[in-house]
Amino acid sequence: MIRTPLRPLARILEARSKGENPDAIERENIRLRHEEMRDRARQRAEGRLLVLGLFFFCAFSAVGARMAMLSASEPTEPRASTAGVSIVAQRADITDRQGRILATNLETYALYAQPPQMIDPDHAADELARIFPDLDRDELLADFAGKRKFIWIRKKLSPEQKQAVHDIGDPGLMFGPREMRLYPNGRLAAHVLGGAGFGREGVDAAEVIGVAGVERRFDEMLRDPSNEGKALQLSLDLSVQAAAERVLFGGMKLMNAKGAAAVLMDVHSGEILSLVSLPDFDPNDRPRPPTKGHAADSPLFNRAVQGVYELGSTFKIFAAAQAMETGLATPETMIDTRGPLRWGKHRIRDFHNYGKELSLTQVIVKSSNIGTARIAQKIGVEPQKDFLRALGLFEATPVELTEAGGGRPLLPPKWSELSTMTISYGHGLSATPMHLAAAYAAIANGGTRVKPTLLKQDAAQLGERVLSEQTARAARMMLRKVVTEGTASFGEVPGYAVAGKTGTADKPKENGGGYYEDRVIATFASMFPAQDPQYVLVVTLDEPVETSGTEPRRTAGWTAVPVAAEMIRRIAPLLGLRPEIEPGTLADITLTSN
Amino acid sequence: MRSFFYIVTALSVIGLAFWAYQENYKTQAALDRAEDLHSAIGRSRSRLAMLRAEWAYLNRPDRLRELAEINFDRLGLLPLAPEQFGKADQVSYPVMNMKLVITDPVEVSSSEALR
Repeated sequence: MIRTPLRPLARILEARSKGENPDAIERENIRLRHEEMRDRARQRAEGRLLVLGLFFFCAFSAVGARMAMLSASEPTEPRASTAGVSIVAQRADITDRQGRILATNLETYALYAQPPQMIDPDHAADELARIFPDLDRDELLADFAGKRKFIWIRKKLSPEQKQAVHDIGDPGLMFGPREMRLYPNGRLAAHVLGGAGFGREGVDAAEVIGVAGVERRFDEMLRDPSNEGKALQLSLDLSVQAAAERVLFGGMKLMNAKGAAAVLMDVHSGEILSLVSLPDFDPNDRPRPPTKGHAADSPLFNRAVQGVYELGSTFKIFAAAQAMETGLATPETMIDTRGPLRWGKHRIRDFHNYGKELSLTQVIVKSSNIGTARIAQKIGVEPQKDFLRALGLFEATPVELTEAGGGRPLLPPKWSELSTMTISYGHGLSATPMHLAAAYAAIANGGTRVKPTLLKQDAAQLGERVLSEQTARAARMMLRKVVTEGTASFGEVPGYAVAGKTGTADKPKENGGGYYEDRVIATFASMFPAQDPQYVLVVTLDEPVETSGTEPRRTAGWTAVPVAAEMIRRIAPLLGLRPEIEPGTLADITLTSN
Repeated sequence: MRSFFYIVTALSVIGLAFWAYQENYKTQAALDRAEDLHSAIGRSRSRLAMLRAEWAYLNRPDRLRELAEINFDRLGLLPLAPEQFGKADQVSYPVMNMKLVITDPVEVSSSEALR
């Protein structure tokens, strides 16, 4: 840069010659230079300000633009990772012991309407009434014309129905996704499964909650997402259950009974392989609880775990077993059976007159009330109570069903000696067939208590011991003789030695005042195979009557026993039991002279 | 020396920024893919559940029993009965149609052969 000299010689000389002050030139030049410097600095500062202004403008417009974008866009969570394991199913499946599905979920749709968005409510109502015959056209139309902005029309739609509704083409009819509970086997095991319904409902989803049976008992577990959809495995066997239901239904019809129940239980693990109560229902379309009449007459009533009945002579074996356990008697001890047996003003009679005396075995085989009552008298009140309590006959069964709590045994309010005598042959104490099955399982498995369960078990239960091995074996031999030579002769199934005891109890009148003459509960409690029992089967028929003879027969030997025998014949092969020739009882060594 | 240091720093910042940008986009892509897979798994699960339900429905005992009755002429299916249990020794050996011709027998079991 060429600097302008402050004192240019030419101008100085010229000024001197004119007699002017040359310093004025220097000052003038300094002023000009300063002005120039000032202008330059100003320009520079202005430029900087402009750049800074631009920078700020950009920065603020970037912030503003970002804010505008944020406010205009849908909010999304920042993602650091994807969601973990997604929820597999809203409600876990229920399977039988072999993993076959008993209850599962199905995706379906619910139908709702938003009348303000409807274009042609008349047409829509016409079509809906055509697709769903149970809907009323006029009611629908009134709903559509009303003030409501949201109306549920159907909770579940089949795919065909959905398509048909879709074809109406009205924008005011909408679908909400739903999961519904499906029981693919229909009525099978209805009382165990119970049923499910919708809980809280929204447009996009609805809770499915269990309303009865295992669905309700395990509701929390089935809905728990931390289970990752692991199925609930029951101890039931689908094919055994199907066979049991079919045979029992046929038996119930043949014997003109109004209801029937059966319990098949593994004597070691307490697993219930089949639980039938008839009449039954379809859990897919669970009927409403009855509002009038007897709850016990409703198909929802589970006779096997809710129905408390006097189970009659099936209780006699408990008295006999206790007598043998306490050493009061052996199977050969003779018992006085002369009748009638009087206690106060009560008289205990037998079905037939069995003569003066019978051995303990024969008392059971011939089912003598008098003989059993005499044994019970010897046993006494308290020991009998303790024994029955140990067998689990004093509290509700621990079966995993909501209804099981309702099956609390009915005990006499005052347990007198007379109560002891009547209870010994099954009158005065009411229990459910499930109680009886559990108590018989204790005899069948060699004397340890078994708690019935509906969940698949891996090992045998090691319950407390209520009977010794020998007593249990002796009791089983008595029960076997009941079938081979006693009241349950129709119970013989070739290949599967059945042991069991019949019980026929008159039904008490509903409003008190004694017993019906012609209404009975016929029960057959059995175990098979007798030499090494694996399963206990209890069959109960409500008011059966067998009419093939000249006069109607109601005793269990004519009604419950043949049904149970047919059940065993059908079920035992399904359980994988090979028919066996029963080992004969070894003849005692007898001394003979030669 | 200082300017070299500045240039290296600037370059490394640019390089790291490029790397971070790439990693970020790779992660986003992986997340998107994982999400897609999750929803695909969900769809497959629901399809599988539907198929299982259908399988259970088609195999319900009532239906099988009816089918067995309808097709009794062809299949002759009856409920499993105790008589149908067999033993392994009741199964006969298949009859061989091969004729075994022995031309040069060697006696190995008699005491004569040992001498």
